[in-house]
Amino acid sequence: MFRALAYLAAFGALVLGGGLWITAPERVDPDTLTGLVGVPARGKAVFDAGGCASCHAAEGATEEARLILSGGRAFATPFGSFRAPNISQDPDHGIGDWKLADLVNAMRYGTSPQGQHYYPAFPYASYTRATLQDIADLQAYLVTLPADATPDQPHDLGFPFTIRRGLGLWKALYLDDGWTVTGDLTAVETRGRYLAEALGHCAECHTPRGPLGGLDRDHWMGGAANPSGSGTIPNITPARLDWSEGDIVAYFTSGFTPDYDTAGGSMAEVVQNLAQLPEADRAALAAYLKRLAPIN
Amino acid sequence: MTKGYTIVAAALGLAIAAGAATGQDAQQKALNDATKARQAQMQLYAFNLGLLGAMAKGDVAYDSAQASAAATNLASLARLDQSRLWPEGSDEMGVDGSRALPALWENLPDVMNKGGDLVTAATAMEAAAGTDLASLQAAMGAVGGACGACHKAYRVPSN
Repeated sequence: MFRALAYLAAFGALVLGGGLWITAPERVDPDTLTGLVGVPARGKAVFDAGGCASCHAAEGATEEARLILSGGRAFATPFGSFRAPNISQDPDHGIGDWKLADLVNAMRYGTSPQGQHYYPAFPYASYTRATLQDIADLQAYLVTLPADATPDQPHDLGFPFTIRRGLGLWKALYLDDGWTVTGDLTAVETRGRYLAEALGHCAECHTPRGPLGGLDRDHWMGGAANPSGSGTIPNITPARLDWSEGDIVAYFTSGFTPDYDTAGGSMAEVVQNLAQLPEADRAALAAYLKRLAPIN
Repeated sequence: MTKGYTIVAAALGLAIAAGAATGQDAQQKALNDATKARQAQMQLYAFNLGLLGAMAKGDVAYDSAQASAAATNLASLARLDQSRLWPEGSDEMGVDGSRALPALWENLPDVMNKGGDLVTAATAMEAAAGTDLASLQAAMGAVGGACGACHKAYRVPSN
């Protein structure tokens, strides 16, 4: 309770204090998209790496039904309950009328076609590092998926989080496209970093958050409270995750831990997505995890 | 004579009371035993998967006969009659060490379907494991998916 009040007070103070200089939602300069042509087959890999279906498919959907991005799934957080929107190809209830620029604005800047801020439950703080080519490929893939006319359900948030303008400030604090793991990386590790820090948005669950919901980059992948449920999300830095790279790749492929138990909770869905990727991408993720700074 | 009846009656009364207590203990023991038995089955799955997985990862050299034997065990385990392994009440609340969610007993048709998926995946593994390493590797994912689907829906998360 005290924690919730502290969040509220901190957020309220920031909204009031920063009210004058809250930034307007940012958008891409359409000229930078000229000449970009998306390839649907590559877009499927972006879709799987980004885990789109894990949130935007209906709760409990399996196999082909995971491609019906009708939304509706609820995510309980300390700020209230978020509802995944319909991102199917329905022009009225989904995003069937979106242009590439709309998808770029959503993923890189958290900005809707109407110029509103999205809530960062949509992990644009990670997707902001996605390449324009990957977003173009994703767009080309999304248009091949079915339309569904399920209407969006409203988020159920407490005041002051209902004020979307306040998110401009959140973005000023937390939205930047820099990498957390830096230094001399091999090509494989660099690919792994891209998959983990941009598309895979691993840190959104595996890294703890501050009172305003920004990631605490000093404890990158060091484990955190479960953002939508009970229990904790494990520390996956080498300080705790002592699996070999082969063990990690096997886990991403079949969901089996080295003890032949299986991935649980949300990670079971992540494995479903990762299993679709080329083996080289799973190996790149494993190589990246080995480069994380150990967090005790 | 009357005294004799009284003693017999008292003895009977005690026996009935003891019987009730024993009945309760016996019921709990039955739940505990079933839980232990299915956990042992899970360990046997893991033990056989351990060899298949080690070969898939390249930690152990692929051996067609050994892989085939492990996969046959896996499929046989998946086909075991489990009708006595999951008595109602053997959930996380009812049995120490059980991680089964009560939802399992509320969705038995789905549980049976998921069990069927494991039999399908294990049968495919049985056919693949002895063929070659690539076939074995390709069959791992479906087995993991089948195990995980039930764990995700009906098991208490581990942390």
